[in-house]
Parts: sequence; C-alpha cells; structure tokens
Amino acid sequence: MPAKKSAAQDGNAAPLIRMRDVSKFFGAFQALDQVSLDIGMSEKVVICGPSGSGKSTLIRCINRLEQHDAGEIMIDGVTVDDSAAARAVLRNNVGMVFQQFNLFPHLSILDNLTLGPLRARGLAPAAARELAEYYLERVRIPEQMQKFPDQLSGGQQQRVAIARALCMEPRIMLFDEPTSALDPEMIAEVLDVIEELAATGMTMIVVTHEMGFASHVADKMVFMDHGRIVEMAPPKRFFSEPESDRCKTFLQQILRN
Amino acid sequence: MRILKFWPLLTLFALAGCSGNWGWYVVNPTTPAGQRNLMFLLDGLYYTIALSVTAIAISVLLGLLVALPGLARQRPPRVINRVYVELVRAVPILVLILWVYYGLPQVADISISVFWAGVLALAISDSAFQAEIFRAGIQSIDRGQHEAAHSISLSYVDKMRFVILPQAIKRILPALGNQLVYMLKMSSLVSVIGMEELTRRANELVVTEYRPLEIYTVLVMEYLVLILLVSAGVRWLESRMGMSDRR
Repeated sequence: MPAKKSAAQDGNAAPLIRMRDVSKFFGAFQALDQVSLDIGMSEKVVICGPSGSGKSTLIRCINRLEQHDAGEIMIDGVTVDDSAAARAVLRNNVGMVFQQFNLFPHLSILDNLTLGPLRARGLAPAAARELAEYYLERVRIPEQMQKFPDQLSGGQQQRVAIARALCMEPRIMLFDEPTSALDPEMIAEVLDVIEELAATGMTMIVVTHEMGFASHVADKMVFMDHGRIVEMAPPKRFFSEPESDRCKTFLQQILRN
Repeated sequence: MRILKFWPLLTLFALAGCSGNWGWYVVNPTTPAGQRNLMFLLDGLYYTIALSVTAIAISVLLGLLVALPGLARQRPPRVINRVYVELVRAVPILVLILWVYYGLPQVADISISVFWAGVLALAISDSAFQAEIFRAGIQSIDRGQHEAAHSISLSYVDKMRFVILPQAIKRILPALGNQLVYMLKMSSLVSVIGMEELTRRANELVVTEYRPLEIYTVLVMEYLVLILLVSAGVRWLESRMGMSDRR
C-alpha cells in the first residue's frame, strides 16, 4: 500500500490528536469532564474504565459522532468542528470500528468495503475493488466478497468492519469495544488482526476490557471514571502499580474474570 | 381459508340467484348491448389506473421530501414537516379535489386538466401519509447504520441513498402497498370533476340504463379484482425483496 502522506506540520513536536479540556453533556449528565489527552503519531492508547465512565464518548468526539460542548479537539493541527476542513481531515485520517460491527446488511461484503472509497474518496471502481481485496486479505477473509454480512460469523463480521474502515486508508483507527459483542471463541481472531494492524504503525485508540491484549499493544493506558481521566501510564506501570484506588479496584475486578 | 377473501363476491352471486329484481341483461356479455355496456364500464379502467399510478409516484417523492426535514435534529425543519402533514391531513380528499380543480386555476392563473387536477389532489393528500410512513421507516433503521455511514465519511445524500433508504424502503413496502390500494379507491372521488374513470363511467351508464344495482355491482367487482391483483403484486414484490434482505 502507498505510504500515507506525512503530517502537515513538523512531526515529532505536535501530537496527531490533541484534546484540551474537552467536556460533553447529555442533558444534565456530564459524560466528559475537561479531558485533556495528546496522542502522537503511531501511538497506541488503550482506554478502560467502568461503564458510563465516558470512554466511548471520548473516542466518538474525536470523529464527531458526538459534538463536544467545551474544550478543543485537534487532529493534525485542524480543529474538529462542523467545518469543511474538519470533515476533510476526518475523512483522510480517522477510521472507526464499532462494538456492534454496523455493517450494511443490504450490501455484499465487497459493496460494504467499496462504498466509502467510491463515494467519499472518489476512487474509480477498479481501484476501490483492488483496495477492498487487499484489505480483506489482510483481515483474513478470503473468498467471501459476494456474501452478505449475516452469512458470516460475528468474528468475521468484525474483521470485515475493520477492513471497511481501513479502505478509507486512515492514519488513526478508533476501536469502540471491538470484541464486547463477540462470542468468546471469536475474540482472539479479531484481536490478532488489531494487533497486526498495530505493528504497521497505525495510530490507534482502543476502548476495551481485554487487558492481556492491552498490556502488549498499548503504549499508553488510560483509566477513566465519571468522565475524567483518572490515571494515565505506560502499561507496565499501569498494571503493576496503579496509583489511584479506583483504578486498583477496577483492575482487581476485571483481572479476576 | 383463501375462499373467505372472496366472500363479498359469493354474497353477491347468492343475492343474484334469489332475487327477482335483478336485470343482468344490461351487462350480459352474450348480447351486443350488454357487451357494449361492459366495454363502456371497463374503459374507465385506464384512467383509474393511470390516475392512481401517477398520483402514487408523485406522492412517494413528495412524501420523502416532506419526511426528511421531519428527521432533522434542528427544530425549524421539523416544524415545516409537522405543519405540512397536519394541514394536508386535515383536508378531506374530495374537498381538495374540488379546490384544486376549481380554485387553483384562479389562484395561480393556470389552466389545469381534469386528469392533472385529480393527480395533484390525490398526490398531495397522500403525500402527508407517505411522509409519515417514510419517517417511521427511516427512524426504524438502527442508529449504528448512520454512525457507520458517518465513519466512512459519506455525505448526507449518499448516506440516505446507499445506506438508509434501501433498508427503510424494504421495511415500508407493505405500507406503501396499502397506500396504492387506498389510492385506487380514492381515485373514484375524481369522478366528481368529470374524470372518465371507473366510477364516472358507471354513473353515466346508470343514468342511461336505470339499472343502478347491476351496474354498481359490476363497479364493485371491478375495484375488487383490481385491488386483489395489486395486493398480490405487492406481496410478490415483498417476498422477492425479502430474499435479499438479510435482517
């Protein structure tokens, strides 16, 4: 695959994603409370925390599935808002994988993958198809292009969803609990694909409770509670000596299972 | 069980057998006069179908256009949707037909044929219902589909065209079929402005033949056959589309 163009500005200094005091309300409920987070090029960040802690909201604000109410989010130096510039930066940089896969059930696997490249990126049909074939192979779904989503297993569907996101050739991938809706025996095949992707240098933010996966993929672990980042550390320190009690309790509970 | 569907027909045949007052000669297909009368009645079929099909096509498009602002997040477009739907639904079809045919030419300074006046009135009246059907259909599509479309940066138009509407239309097909049946029936009202469709033809024949019972019975059967055929067609279409529907 062609290498993605390098960052618009001087690489190592400015982070690829920069969040400053981001707050988000759902009515009276505060989902995010002044969250600040920098994510560098090729960095892998795993976010965990109890349900309702704001992890999903955090990554959904990054690609504008939710609109933050205060603070600033910048991707590659561009402020994320409703402007055309922000839309362009999201289109060229950010892909997302959902907990429920969200494949288009009325379209074949091939059409699921080529829709974005054809309509949003303006690729020619032959090029879009080539791209789809390449990424399907990467997620190890061979010879299923003409099938429909419901003919595949959950694990296969999620891998197709990953391929669909990759067909936009993003630099940043957001994963919102990508294995939470899967049967246990299918979790590994999806995590393997995500791990391989991590090895290619993709910038990734993963919301997950798969701590084994997190410990050897993450560069940075983030623990959230009540809409705030409570703890942020490299995985080694995060798992061996968490500072806050809330994080300790959470880890104890989750690692016991 | 299937035979039960034809109970009105069966009842009519039973009535025909036991009453001395029927004068079936007016529509007896074995006599030249009866044949002529039958052909005269059936001739209205063309306009009934042309009227209904044109009107439903326009009302579906109009309904979709009205439904979309009703789904907006902002308030002003939603208000436009509500006002249109409530306003149009409040006007009886018959009144709308009369207003479009006699009133609109004066207001807009245009001449409008009976056919297009009928089409316009039926389409406007039906569009309010179509709008509600579309709105419900689109709202029934999982939010994840919108989010997935957003995540691959589809524009609003592309999202609707390639992701949401194909799924929504499959779900509302039975309701759209119902509206077509409804439209076929309501097209009979256009007879009041002189449209030569089934009902008008029957009225005209009744005036010359003085046999309302028999002629209107034929009329009932004409609608019955037409609508049973349309219903069967809609069911066939549903099962065909259902084959590729994966949910």
